[in-house]
Amino acid sequence: MKTVQNNNTVSAVSLSGPLEFKPKTSGTIPRGLTFLAVAIIVTMLLIILGNIFLGGIGTINWEFLTHPPENGMEAGGIFPAIFGTVALVILMVIAVVPFGVLTAIYLHEFTRPSSKITRIIRVAINNLAGVPSIVFGLFGLGFFIGFVGGGLDSIFYDNEGPVWGQPAIIWASLTLALLTLPVVIISTEEALRTIPRELKEASYALGGTRLQTIGRVIIPQALPGILTGAILAVSRGAGEVAPIMFTGAAYYLPYLPGKLNDQFMELGYHIYVMATQSPDVEATKPILYGTVLVLLVLTFILNFVAIYIRSSMRKKRATV
Amino acid sequence: MTASEKRNGTPVYKLVVRDIDFYYGANKVLHGISMDIEKNRVTALIGPSGCGKSTFLRTLNRMNEIIPDTRMTGVVTLDGKDIYRDFNDPSTIRTRIGMVFQKSNPFPKSIFDNIAYGLKVNGIKDKAIIRTVVEDSLKRAFLWDEVKDILDHNAYMLSGGQQQRLCIARALAIRPEVILMDEPASALDPLSTSKIEDLIGELKKNYTIVIVTHNMQQAARISDYTAFFYEGVMVEFGPTKELFTKPDRKKTEDYITGRFG
Repeated sequence: MKTVQNNNTVSAVSLSGPLEFKPKTSGTIPRGLTFLAVAIIVTMLLIILGNIFLGGIGTINWEFLTHPPENGMEAGGIFPAIFGTVALVILMVIAVVPFGVLTAIYLHEFTRPSSKITRIIRVAINNLAGVPSIVFGLFGLGFFIGFVGGGLDSIFYDNEGPVWGQPAIIWASLTLALLTLPVVIISTEEALRTIPRELKEASYALGGTRLQTIGRVIIPQALPGILTGAILAVSRGAGEVAPIMFTGAAYYLPYLPGKLNDQFMELGYHIYVMATQSPDVEATKPILYGTVLVLLVLTFILNFVAIYIRSSMRKKRATV
Repeated sequence: MTASEKRNGTPVYKLVVRDIDFYYGANKVLHGISMDIEKNRVTALIGPSGCGKSTFLRTLNRMNEIIPDTRMTGVVTLDGKDIYRDFNDPSTIRTRIGMVFQKSNPFPKSIFDNIAYGLKVNGIKDKAIIRTVVEDSLKRAFLWDEVKDILDHNAYMLSGGQQQRLCIARALAIRPEVILMDEPASALDPLSTSKIEDLIGELKKNYTIVIVTHNMQQAARISDYTAFFYEGVMVEFGPTKELFTKPDRKKTEDYITGRFG
């Protein structure tokens, strides 16, 4: 028992009977403040979404989704941009998922978590996630187009005009892959961390090697996390403009990209172009709204798919 | 009647352990453990939590190697072959020395695939062989009658006790010579526990069993030999009956009579 006899400023405490507690203050003010914050955010979101929806819904029809732009983008549709966005994102996923998953597996399964090198790699990945996307765009221009593409041209094509050393969908998708790499690594690592140790031990105890354990137990268990990472990467990558504006996105193309070194049109870049480069901004406004709505819906769908896959696969996972 | 009386002549030692020291980082948790483990007998390891008995068990099939920052010195031999130095790959030794864990840990796969896993990772692809071994293993674990019609169901549908017998069946499928059990019944109800204990009694006809248990009555019921661990040291090791009736050491006596632990 604590005594307070030596302390002159405090009167002696009686050890029987109730203590005099301070009356509780009401929770009205904190509740009001937190509610206000939520209300502001929800209102802003509703204004943004409502504005885009009302402005864009009138433009969207089958014609708009399936036809190329016409008449200096004042008429026609956005099909090439939708096609280019989907193609870009598919190529990006093909590049980023294996790289990200292998990196996460290396970090989580092959290195000691406390080791210096692991910590340095982790810091590097977190910093990569914080690099502004325009920097990725410039890096893509310098590294992929200038160094890799230019190198390929000088080795295989004798510099007869650029074949690979020019903006192209492959370089844009690789630049985006670099940008979204941290998303995939972090969500894969998160998934690896939740795998029960008992499950790995079960595999080892049955004579499974490390590779077999990774291939047959760890990756299947981590699959929901890997897929979530992939789809988050897609929804992030699909909205980025800065990394692709130097590396492959085109203002207007009369054809769809058919080869890896073709340029392409893309929704985000198309929005940027229409909003800033159009000769008659008022005339392109409805199309601009429609394009923004399409991009938003596309991103929302991807996010919902991510959430759905994650929750449905979680049910099937081990919970030892 | 003790184990050594039961069999005339010299006992056969399946596992021979000499001078095991074990470290987690700089922390020494096992101090010079030596032990001869007799073939086709049940050897129980008892002691309070944190005494090193589970760590010791895991040195017997190199399971500690998957834990980072651990170090071991000493020798463990299986039929005279050093399991650390005569086998390059720990996975080989683990097919001969199987393991059952405290928490049942079936894979999130079907009952059939759980048993088949050990066969597949060891390169057996023949479906007929796999089917035969799956059935045989489930029968040996006294689980066949309960699951023969639901082999394609997820193993998570089974009860806790059934899952643990599934894990035993899974360990049996790769035909080990030794089975290590780390408190296999500690998370089970009394009925499931007694089933596991009956099963252990049956299994020792064909396998050498080393079992860690918290439950001294269990050790007394099922084991032929018992080792008492305390603070990383093996205090006493001998035939179970002797250890429980007239222990040599005061510490052992205090523990088994419940004065601490």
